[in-house]
Amino acid sequence: MSSPPSSTHETPSNAVEVENLTRRYGDRVALDDVSFSVPTGQTLAVFGPNGAGKSTLLKVLATLLRPHEGVVRVLGSELPGEAWKVRGRVGYLGHEPALYRSLTARENLRFAARLHGVDDDRVEELLDAVGLTRRGNDRIDELSRGMRQRIAAARAVIHDPPLLLLDEPWSAIDPGAIGLLEPLLGRGTGRTRILVTHDVARGIAEADVVIGLLAGRVHVAGPASSAAAVEAEALFA
Amino acid sequence: MVFGKGLRTLALATAAALALAMGLIFFYAPIEADQGFVQKIFYLHVPLAIVALCGWVAGGIFAIQLLRTGDRKWDYRSYVAIHMSLIYGVAVLLTGSIWAKASWGHWWVWGEPTLVSFLIVFLLYCTYQPMRFSIADPEKQGRYAAVFAITAGAFVPLNFVAVRLATPLVHPRVFTRVAGDLPGSMRLTWLVSLVAIALLFVTLCKLELTSKSAKDHLRRLRRRLEARDESAAERAFVGAS
Amino acid sequence: MIRTAAILFRKDLLVEVRTLQSLTAMVLFSVMAFVLFHFGLDRDTIEGSLAAGVLWVTLLLATVLAVTRLFVAEREQGGFETLLLAPIDRTAVFVGKAAALFAFLVSVEIIALPAFDILLLQGTILDGMPELLAVVLLADVGLAVVGALVAALGAETDARELVVPLLLMPLLVPVVIAAAKASAPLLAEPAASVHLGRWLLMLTFYDLAFVLVSLGVFDYLLED
Repeated sequence: MSSPPSSTHETPSNAVEVENLTRRYGDRVALDDVSFSVPTGQTLAVFGPNGAGKSTLLKVLATLLRPHEGVVRVLGSELPGEAWKVRGRVGYLGHEPALYRSLTARENLRFAARLHGVDDDRVEELLDAVGLTRRGNDRIDELSRGMRQRIAAARAVIHDPPLLLLDEPWSAIDPGAIGLLEPLLGRGTGRTRILVTHDVARGIAEADVVIGLLAGRVHVAGPASSAAAVEAEALFA
Repeated sequence: MVFGKGLRTLALATAAALALAMGLIFFYAPIEADQGFVQKIFYLHVPLAIVALCGWVAGGIFAIQLLRTGDRKWDYRSYVAIHMSLIYGVAVLLTGSIWAKASWGHWWVWGEPTLVSFLIVFLLYCTYQPMRFSIADPEKQGRYAAVFAITAGAFVPLNFVAVRLATPLVHPRVFTRVAGDLPGSMRLTWLVSLVAIALLFVTLCKLELTSKSAKDHLRRLRRRLEARDESAAERAFVGAS
Repeated sequence: MIRTAAILFRKDLLVEVRTLQSLTAMVLFSVMAFVLFHFGLDRDTIEGSLAAGVLWVTLLLATVLAVTRLFVAEREQGGFETLLLAPIDRTAVFVGKAAALFAFLVSVEIIALPAFDILLLQGTILDGMPELLAVVLLADVGLAVVGALVAALGAETDARELVVPLLLMPLLVPVVIAAAKASAPLLAEPAASVHLGRWLLMLTFYDLAFVLVSLGVFDYLLED
């Protein structure tokens, strides 16, 4: 079966398609025969205990890791061969805010902006959106963990990507600031989102579909509902 | 991956060639006038060096194939070629040293550019295994090892040229006879020896490759067996909860 | 690609200016080495091939210091992911890093060469200029290119502090040979240039060869 040539302006019906994805770490299997898909514009929540492979999954989709087996299609492009097409269109917010400690918030954002070919005005726009305009010239290691997370979130959306990959986005944020991230990372933006979280209730509320991972395998899959929540909770047992 | 094809024929051919070479070296080749019997070590030393260097360069070429195709058999080939050349390299340095001591009274001579270049290349390749095995992920390990093999392989000729240029021509060369200007009987012995040592290299490599692929196959079967047991146990657990 | 490399280069310089870790280490190391050589050789002045040897071995070792940190600093700072996620040609990472290493070397030499002159040459280094400058710059290119490549190779291993010097030193032997041979007559009394063209040619050839090799293989080091 031949697939149609992907162009950067095509909007496939599924933003993400994963078939039999396997990713090993040495002799251990981090992701084992994982399959699922995410329709464009919807949100997928990924649940599972520590070590289940959730972060690895996100990293594969972000093109940070390559799939060892299986087929992964992100925004119409197949990984790992077409990874370069995907990079400018995905926003990834990982466990660690990937920022240069000795540079200021503004410098970090400007660096990311330039790499993505985005204007500096967007940097100011985002700093304002996360409420850190006045702290823009402070070095990252002078900012609190919550503030760093806000800058990292700004960096994740600086190029206005159609797909967001979020790994525990609210874990480090001060409760007061969570609202600030809504317009950037929330449902309202219309972006396709894949969300990894420990907070099952929150995840169900945010998502349209869910999957649950345990030891690298999919144990729960389906629409976000209270039934799914119960099954997801069971994984943590 | 099957590497063992033709191993027995190869081994027999090697044994025959080696026997012939030894015979020629000891009984056929004349004793050299000014250097005496010890000069005969040259029939081992130079072929060993040539084969080792070719082995290293081959390791680089196999590495290019690995990066281009992603087929792990090239990784095995590259690793074994480099590893075997390293062992040959030890022999080169030892025979070179013995030769130098017997002819010049010193265990090491800076005046022989090929020997000096060889030492530098040898030291470089000594780092191959430690570097390689300090990377945990096998796929990444193969890739990084390949980059090393290609870089080092490209370095070999560069290095030889550089050291050659640096060695003053005033200093007398230790190996005054190179294959080109040898009299007939010596040249024959030298060629046979070269063929025998090259065959030995290929046989040993094939042997190591066969053994490695067998071990790898076994490990993979074992892992698959464990995984099957694990998932059966898990299904029982999830079903029960 | 060049534009991206320039962005990365500027970022590396910015980080270095803020932390000053690599540059300070390299400068202090070089000056300390000169002092040690004074005592080790028990000489007040050196010239010719001895001077060339001391200079180039010191610069080589200072390069090792910088190389070990080149990609590590990236990971320590935490921003490496930003690079990996950007839609850029990854060769730009190599060019950017090599350019940064070159800039570090030149910056260090701006202090180390005068220090060398004062401590061990007794003020005669200017006699060897501008030829010495040509030698230094060409050698710096070789050091930077091979340094960046080895830095990337060593970035993933835990035994980094061992692997980097052990890889770097043999690979840089031709640079040391050519640079020392070219510098020796320039640092002699009186300064002269002997076969300078040949050594500069060798350096150029070496630089080109490794630029080509690095451009060919570097991509494979960053993907995962």
